[in-house]
Amino acid sequence: MELLAVILVDGLIYGAWLFIVSVGLTLVFGVLNILNLAHGSIYAIGAYATASAVGAYYMYGGGSFEFGVYLVMVLAALVVALLLGPLLERGLLRHFYRRDHVILVLVTYGVFLILEDLIKLIWGVSPLFVTEPYSLLGNVEIGPLFYVTYDFLVIAVAIVVGISIWYWLNRTRPGKVILAVIHDREMSQTMGINVNRVFMISFSLGVFLAALGGALTAPMISVSPGIGVNVIIVAFAVVIIGGLGSIEGAAIGALFVGLARAASVHLLPEAELFSIYLVMAAVLIFRPEGLFQKTQARKI
Amino acid sequence: MVAKGTWFPGRVAARPIQLIKDTGEIHMELSTSRVTSKKLIRNLAACILTVAASHHAYAQDGEKFSVGVVTFLSGGAAESFGVPAWNGGEMLIEMLNEGGLLPPPYDKPGFGGLQIEATVVDEAGGATKQVQEFRNLIQREKVDTVLGYVSSGDCLAIPPVADELKAFTLLYDCGSPRVFEEGSYEYVFRTAAHAAMDNISLAKYIESRGIKMDSIAGINQDYSWGQDSWADFVASASQLNPNSQAETALFPKIFAGQYGTEISALVRKKADIVHSSLWGGDLQALVLQAAPRGLFSRSQVALSAGDHVLPQLNDKMPDGVIIGARGVNGLAARPRGDELTTILWEEYEKRYDVFPVQAPFRMWQALLGLKVAVEKAMDANGGKKPTDEELAAAMKGLSWTAPSGEISMALADGHQAIQPNAIGTTKWNSETNQMELVDLVYYGAECVNPPEGTKANDWINAGFPGAKCD
Repeated sequence: MELLAVILVDGLIYGAWLFIVSVGLTLVFGVLNILNLAHGSIYAIGAYATASAVGAYYMYGGGSFEFGVYLVMVLAALVVALLLGPLLERGLLRHFYRRDHVILVLVTYGVFLILEDLIKLIWGVSPLFVTEPYSLLGNVEIGPLFYVTYDFLVIAVAIVVGISIWYWLNRTRPGKVILAVIHDREMSQTMGINVNRVFMISFSLGVFLAALGGALTAPMISVSPGIGVNVIIVAFAVVIIGGLGSIEGAAIGALFVGLARAASVHLLPEAELFSIYLVMAAVLIFRPEGLFQKTQARKI
Repeated sequence: MVAKGTWFPGRVAARPIQLIKDTGEIHMELSTSRVTSKKLIRNLAACILTVAASHHAYAQDGEKFSVGVVTFLSGGAAESFGVPAWNGGEMLIEMLNEGGLLPPPYDKPGFGGLQIEATVVDEAGGATKQVQEFRNLIQREKVDTVLGYVSSGDCLAIPPVADELKAFTLLYDCGSPRVFEEGSYEYVFRTAAHAAMDNISLAKYIESRGIKMDSIAGINQDYSWGQDSWADFVASASQLNPNSQAETALFPKIFAGQYGTEISALVRKKADIVHSSLWGGDLQALVLQAAPRGLFSRSQVALSAGDHVLPQLNDKMPDGVIIGARGVNGLAARPRGDELTTILWEEYEKRYDVFPVQAPFRMWQALLGLKVAVEKAMDANGGKKPTDEELAAAMKGLSWTAPSGEISMALADGHQAIQPNAIGTTKWNSETNQMELVDLVYYGAECVNPPEGTKANDWINAGFPGAKCD
């Protein structure tokens, strides 16, 4: 029973983190129909920007209001989104929308490589540490184990992000406009929707979510070159399980992967990596489109 | 990708072409000018004499010894190993070229009077790319020696190609024992001990300090380095303490970054010892995530190669962690206060504003060994720049002094080094605001390395027969 509780808590923590780093990827695919391989490096830039911003916050007297550091982290992700989102969408991706999907994937891969080098140009190769937000909230004792309270903050942020995106898409006018564009781009355009604007906003939101994932991860790790590479692989696994373009799917996929991995680490450590792809394979056998992706008729 | 004197990847043109090639071009120009046959013969004779004379003069005056240095300048291993190694290497090459800055026998300029010229190549990209880069260095850049390789995968891929090209090659960092235990090479040498030493020393240290070692858990990366380190440690521990038992072996993938679940599993087990060979950002992340969750207070944590994260983590590394440095390197070398270590330490701190960890020590170890080998070969051939064959003959079975102690090419028929090792325990010094290694124990090379002709695994499982421990 105790082991079950530990697996559940560990799975929830990892799943929440996975959801935050993968939801932006699925959103961008849902709206723009782009597999954004640069998602991992945007995540890394979010982590670096947060490390710099938090460092500056403490340097300029932020220690007097320590909890303000969490606001700084969100603002850092927002700044990344405001700078990179419009720049990449308007300056680059827009010119390739009429080209084959493979070209767009290659373009985002090129962006990934450029951003990885840009990170080294700006921040160098030495690691950055901003552990203060991680330890600020103290520990929580659950059964025989201590957990860092920050881990539960990540769960809370994941829930808030998930509900906010769902509410925005389904209950607000701008969200419904986005859904209309997802449903039928051409028809939306003929009805007077500024599709280009929707694309830019959606892509920037995806960038924000990737950067937020990096921002929330930065206090837990040493922020160093290459941290975005593995994230993109596991984020793809999550969105494929949930169904490309589905927010609910990303949430369920992240939860499945989180729980499967936690169970594996505790019960069968040798199969830790395998467990993630076992879940993916099992889902794809029965639901080749992913858990929440409806089968779509192809336009000819 | 090739870079010179900088960490940032990018191909940089080779340094000025060797004079012998320039002289060859002069020869071509003469032979194509319009001359009579007598003049042609006279010119040819004069030209040959000029070439011979200039070559002889050059070998004594301005000839260079070019070294292709291959190490990580980008990617996950750059910050921990590649960049500090090259920082140390670049610094040493400058000091050697200037001459007189190091104690004898390293006080003569360059390598036997030959100025050292380095071409730096980024090791990122995998073994296939590195084999191509190696061929480029030998065949296009025409370097005299390749010195490099942090990754065990690269160290296993390069030696067959080096022997095929008959190119004298030094492996300076990688740890896999398989390089020479499963292969035999004429032109390839490894100037650092293999990784079995690290884990044998770690187990011996724990046993010697009376720390309980009945139950062992481990978290190591899921590739040969992590798997071999864990296997060597568990085998060594069971030899030293028959009651010891491996309970949990976790192998997260390399660069995983998130260890929350693994930490839960380790804390739940409450093993006496938690062993890890994690390195770089992975080790830093593990320490940052595990410390507040009480892993370090519930179990004795032992890190086989952990010294290199101390400059970055500082007081975030808890006290009481047992740490190795893959040799008497970094903080383990400093307290001995020998002349070479002091020079390396002070100059490195002055240049880079951080103390040197294991990577620059291993780079110095390799470059100083190369210097001794080149000068030995030049003594034997009358002072000419040595060929690959002469270098290989000089390097075989060589011994020399490095900041990490006495290095001896004692294994694999004189191709694999053994060296002393040291293990210590972390303690934060709040007065100096620096981490220190206390309760240091030094192990002689023949105490923690297998004898010639014996595989590390067999030696451990046989109970370390013939180990010479003081």
